[in-house]
Amino acid sequence: MFESGSSVERIPILKMGSYLLVTIQVDMHDRLATSLQDDLTARIVETRARGVLIDISSLEVVDSFIGRMLGNIAAMARVLDAETVVVGMRPAVAITLVELGLSLPGVRTALNVDKGMELLRGSVERVAKVNSRGRRQARDA
Amino acid sequence: MPTDPWLAHIVSKFESEILADWIQHQLAADTLRRDLMSEAELVEQSRAFLGLLREAVQKGNLADTTGPEWTPVREMLACVSRARAKQGFTASETATFVFSLKQPLFARLRGEVGTDVDALGDAVWRTTVLLDKLGLYTAESYQKGREEVIARQQQEMMELSTPVVKLWEGILALPLIGTLDSARTQIVMENLLERIVETGASIAIIDITGVPTVDTLVAQHLLKTVAAARLMGADCIISGIRPQIAQTIVHLGVELTNVITKATLADAFTVALERTGATIAPRSGHV
Amino acid sequence: MAVVKHETREIRSAEDIVLVRQAVRAWAIELGFRLVDQTKLVTAASELARNIVDYGGGGTVVIEALNDAERRGLRLRFEDHGPGIEDVDTALRDGYTTGGGLGLGLGGARRLVNEFEIVSAPGRGTRVTITRWR
Repeated sequence: MFESGSSVERIPILKMGSYLLVTIQVDMHDRLATSLQDDLTARIVETRARGVLIDISSLEVVDSFIGRMLGNIAAMARVLDAETVVVGMRPAVAITLVELGLSLPGVRTALNVDKGMELLRGSVERVAKVNSRGRRQARDA
Repeated sequence: MPTDPWLAHIVSKFESEILADWIQHQLAADTLRRDLMSEAELVEQSRAFLGLLREAVQKGNLADTTGPEWTPVREMLACVSRARAKQGFTASETATFVFSLKQPLFARLRGEVGTDVDALGDAVWRTTVLLDKLGLYTAESYQKGREEVIARQQQEMMELSTPVVKLWEGILALPLIGTLDSARTQIVMENLLERIVETGASIAIIDITGVPTVDTLVAQHLLKTVAAARLMGADCIISGIRPQIAQTIVHLGVELTNVITKATLADAFTVALERTGATIAPRSGHV
Repeated sequence: MAVVKHETREIRSAEDIVLVRQAVRAWAIELGFRLVDQTKLVTAASELARNIVDYGGGGTVVIEALNDAERRGLRLRFEDHGPGIEDVDTALRDGYTTGGGLGLGLGGARRLVNEFEIVSAPGRGTRVTITRWR
C-alpha cells in the first residue's frame, strides 16, 4: 500500500502537564484513525499521562468506525491508568450516533475543552486520594 | 362554447356604468366590511377586476375559465381572496365580490338584448355560469389563504410553545406543552441540544407536565435525546411524568433505567442544583 | 418519480470512503436537507462505502437526486461484485460481523434512512440502495 506516504500524515498529540490533548480537525480516513489509536497509547506510556482529552468539535461525521476507535482509545487508556474524555460532539453527530445504535459505553464526555479538563482533573485527583488512603491504610495495618 | 356576443358587447359598451352599479351594490350589501377595507380599495379592486373580465370575455372561451386568456382574471381573484382571508373576511363575504356583479350585468343584458327572450335567456345563463365558476374559484383561493394562515400560526405556536429557558448557570429547562407528534418532538429536541452547546449548560430538564399523552415514537425521541445529550457531555432530567404516561412508558417497554426522572420541575431543579454544586437554603432569619 | 441528476463514484480505498462522505454531504446540502438529516445520510453512506472496501473488494456508488410530486430526496446505490452475503437477515442484525467490527454497519445504515433495500447472493456481489426524503 502507500505506507511511506500515509505515515507522514498524523494527528498531532499535545502534552499539557500530565494530560494529552488531541484535536481532530480533519475528516479522518480509516488508517489515520487507526494510527491515532496507536500513537496515543504509545504517548500515554511514554509521557506517563494521567488523562487524555479528545476534542471532536470539528468532526461533522462520526460513523461506527470512528466511534469504535474512540471507545478503544478509552479502554486502552484505562488499562494504562489514564482517564479519557471526549469533548465537543456536535448535536447532529450525537443524534446520528444514537440512531446508529452506538452509545460509546465507557467513554466520558464533556461539552467543551474547559469542562473536559475540569472532569479530568476531578477524577484524577479522586483517584489519587483513594490511592493515598489505600497506602496509608496498608501502612497503618 | 365560444364567447357570448351579448356579454362581450355590454362589458365593452357600458364598462363604467356597470362598474358604478356594481360598486353601489357592494356598498349597500350586508356583507360589506368597512372595518376591514376602505371604499377606495373596494373601488380599485372592482375597477381592476372588471377591466380584466372585459378583456377575457372578448377573446376567451366562457365555458373554460382555466385557459390562458383567463389567467390574469384568476391571478387577480386569487390575490384578492388570499388577502381577504388574511384580513379576516368570511368565505361568503369574499365570494360576494364576484357574485354581486351578476345583478348589474343582468340589468344591462336585459336593456340591450330587448325582447328576444331566447337570446336573453342564453346570455343570462352563460353569464351566470361564468360568474359561478369565478365565484367558486374565489372560494377555493380563500380556502388556500386560510390554510396558509393556519400553517403559519402552527409554526408560530410551535416556536412559542417550546422555549428553552435558562434556570440557573449551567441549567436549562424545556417545558413542553400540548400534544407532541413525532415531527415536533424531533425539532424541539434538536433545538434543545443546540442550546446546550450554545450555553454550555451541563444539565437540561425536560418537563412534560403539560403533555397529555405520549406515544411510542415520542417516548423514543425523548430517550434518544437524553442519550444524545449524554454523548455531548450533558445530563437530562425528565420531570412531570403523569400517571398515564408512566403507564404508557412501562407498557411500551421503553427502557428508562438510565434516565433521571422526577415528579415535578421543582424536584428536578433541586437535583440539578446539587449536581452543579449549588444549594437552596432558607435565609437564617426565616428558619 | 424522476431522477433529476446523478453521479457515479468508484470505491476502492479508505480515501474513497472520505470522498464519498464529502460528495454525499455536498449533494445533501444542495437538495436543502436539514443538518441532522445530512449527517444521517453521510454517516449511512460511510458505513456502506466501508463495507464495499472491507468485504466487497471495491465497487461503486451511484448518487441520484430524486424529484417526486411533492418531495425531494437523495438515493444512493452501493454495488460490489464481491463474495456477497449468504444470509441477509442475519447480516442486518446488530452485532453481526465477520470483520471484527461492532457489526452496526448494515443495520445502523438502515436506521438512518427512510428506505433501505438490499439484494445479495453468494458469489454474485451485493447491492444496497438507500433513500432519504427531505
